[in-house]
This record gives sequence, structure tokens and C-alpha cells, in this order.
Amino acid sequence: MLRVDVTKKLGEFTLQASFTSEGRVTGLFGASGAGKTSLINMIAGLLRPDRGSIVIDGETLDDTAHRIHVPAHRRRIGYVFQDARLFPHLDVRQNLDYGRRMNRLADDPAQRARVTDLLDIGSLLDRRPGRLSGGERQRVALGRALLSKPRLLLLDEPLGSLDEGRKVEILPYLVRLRDEANVPMVYVSHDAAEMRQLATQIVMLRNGLVTAFGGVKVLSSAVSPV
Amino acid sequence: MFDISPTEWTAILLSLRVAIIATLVATPFGIALAWLLARRDFWGKSVVDALIHLPLVLPPVVTGYLLLLTFGRRGLVGAWLADHLGIVFAFRWTGAALACGVMSFPLLVRPMRLSIEAIDRRLEQAAGTLGAEPWRVFATITLPLALPGVLAGMVLGFAKAIGEFGATITFVSNIPGETQTISSAIYSLIQTPDGDTAALRLVIVSIVIAMSALIASEWFARRATQRLHGN
Repeated sequence: MLRVDVTKKLGEFTLQASFTSEGRVTGLFGASGAGKTSLINMIAGLLRPDRGSIVIDGETLDDTAHRIHVPAHRRRIGYVFQDARLFPHLDVRQNLDYGRRMNRLADDPAQRARVTDLLDIGSLLDRRPGRLSGGERQRVALGRALLSKPRLLLLDEPLGSLDEGRKVEILPYLVRLRDEANVPMVYVSHDAAEMRQLATQIVMLRNGLVTAFGGVKVLSSAVSPV
Repeated sequence: MFDISPTEWTAILLSLRVAIIATLVATPFGIALAWLLARRDFWGKSVVDALIHLPLVLPPVVTGYLLLLTFGRRGLVGAWLADHLGIVFAFRWTGAALACGVMSFPLLVRPMRLSIEAIDRRLEQAAGTLGAEPWRVFATITLPLALPGVLAGMVLGFAKAIGEFGATITFVSNIPGETQTISSAIYSLIQTPDGDTAALRLVIVSIVIAMSALIASEWFARRATQRLHGN
């Protein structure tokens, strides 16, 4: 369970979001500039809220009243960025293994095989990120986040930097991830169609405020934010 | 013409030793300072930056004299080091290495700082979300990505150190076999009658060393670009 109740002032813009989600995939839906990325950066621990709290499965990660702020590297929250952010000096295999090494987890070949199969990246293992297509990069980034064994996976418009054809290529992997990987996810997008396919719960953001919360149905009542 | 005499060999080998030691000792400090200047804002940052660059703009003889005042036998630091740790810089090759290290430091730090500044900090954030503590982010992401710049800084610092003259001769004089580097040997030779040929030999040797260092540094810079593009 994810409980978020935060306020953050960013220049002229104020983000004030409060929601609780138990969904397998919580969709953060809103136009660009609505505060989606700032919100998941706070969940990841990359951005510190001015006021409020963030709690996952009963563990407090942020609580400004009690001066609690767990740094990003101790949160065990995976993050798939819009721009993949693979480490350019490491090959795909080393990128995938990075989280396991940093968390000092035991080698788990079965898990690794499962994830490489799930994402079809077995043939890319020896390549450097510079020699991958945008879609391949994004799949490796997904695998890298999953293999760090996170308790929550944040996806910030993982299809955002891909053209239409590539989106169709990645979307099925995300559906498989949702159904097979058994990790709750927060999925950020401004695309209602993606949300309908993936999300089980929707948090709608507009100008830094949560305007609607509920099942995928809330999408149909919303004016397209794009 | 190409018959290098034992005295000249001594000067060449001493120069290499002085420059290598100066570079190796300066490198960890250089990386730490480059990182601080690239990544941290702290009180007095511009003063630190100016101090590092001071040897670049001061007359070398001034730097050498300041070193003598500080690290000489009767200098504040020098006396303490000699009494307590038995380390003596004055008129020793170690003093030549210290002078070269100080003089080459600005050139050594600069490429390191630039390469750290060029690293996409979002990669470090990504490493953090994968569970890496800050020092491991530095060791596994920042340093490897900055490595070509670190090597380029070392090469440049080395080239500067091998050519250092003014501060060295002021601080540790020009003692054959102890502090007489290529530069000070050339200086002595051109003041000696019939020293021209020997001086010219050493001139050629120093050109070869400096050119190789610059070519190496160029090569590292190219590697840096490739590495950051992940090919």
C-alpha cells in the first residue's frame, strides 16, 4: 500500500497531492506540467517534500513532522526514467546486474533468466547502451530496475521518448510485467489509452492538485489533458 | 650528437622520477578537489579555486621562494616535518617533486574538473535509485566516466612537471644527481663553453617527452567522448 500526502513548492508552482493506493498499477495521469514527475521523484526520494509524508507498506519514507527522510538508495524503489539512463560505460549485462551488486544481494540466475526472458533482452547482453535502439534501451532499463528487487516500481512515461511504432513494441512487455512480475507499480503518463491498458487505479493530477481518484473509469469522465 | 652522457642520463632519469612521483601524489588530491569544485558549493570556494590557479600566474621564482620559506629547513612546515617525521624537502629530489607537483597542480585539476562537470548527474540519480550509496555512486559511475579526463589531467600535469624550472631551481637549487633535472641541466650547459651540443640533445629529449605526453592526452580526450556515448 502506498500513501502519499505531500506539499512542495517549485518556483511559482505548488504541488499538493494526497492519495492512497492499493492497486497493482497506480496510474498518475495528467498533462505535462501537472506535477507528475515531481510527485514520483518525491516517492523515489530524489526530491524532498516541503511538508507531508510518504508511507509504503507501513514504512514511513518521508515525514516532515518527524524529520524523517529516507535517502533514495535505501528506499528499495525501482525507477524507470523516460530517458532510460543506462550507464554508458557498462554493457547491458553489467547494467542489469548493477542493482543486485549495490544492494549486496546474492546472485540469482533464475530471476535473471526470468527477467531477460520476460523482456526479450537475452540477445543484447554483450552490447553497450550506445548500440541499442530506443525501445531496447527502455526494455533494459525495465530489467535493470526489476533486478534490483524493488518493493515498488516507478515508471515515468517510459514510452514518452519513443515513436508510435516503438510504443506498440513496448506496451505488451509492460502488460506482462504487470501480470507476471508481482511488483506494484506507479505508472506516469499523459496518454489515456496507455492508462486504460495498464493502470488498475488512477490518480488524476491537474496544476499540482489531485482532481480525481478511482478506477480506470475516471479517465472517461476527464477531458483529454493533452 | 646522439651519444647521451652519463650526467645527461642522470638528469633525464631524475626528471622522469620527479615528474612521475609528483603526478602520482598529486592525483588523489586533484580528483578530490576537482570533485569538490565541480559538485559542491561551499564557503570560500572561489578562494580555493584561486589558490589552486595561483602557481599558473605567479612568477615561478615567487612560488619557489614561498616553498623555501614554508618547506625549507627553517620553514614553518619544513622544520616540523624534519624534526617529527624526518622528511626533508630542501635541496633534495623530493623537494623538486614538491615544487613540480605544486606548479603542475592547476593543469592537473582542470581536465579532471571538466570531465566531472560533463557527467550527466541523472545517471548518478539512477544509480542511487538502484541502491548505491553516494560513495559507491562515485566509485562505480562518476570516477569511471571521468577516467579519461583524470588520465588527461595526469598526462598534462606530468608534462608540466617535467618542464618545470623556476620554482624548482629556487627551492632546491641545481645539484647534479640530486636536484638537477633536464631543465636545470640545460640551463647549466648553455652557460658552459662547448655545452651547446649537450644542451641541444637534452632539448630534443624534452621535446620528445612533452610531445608524447600531449599526444597521449589527446588520445585520452577522444576516448572520453566515445565512452560518454556508450559505444
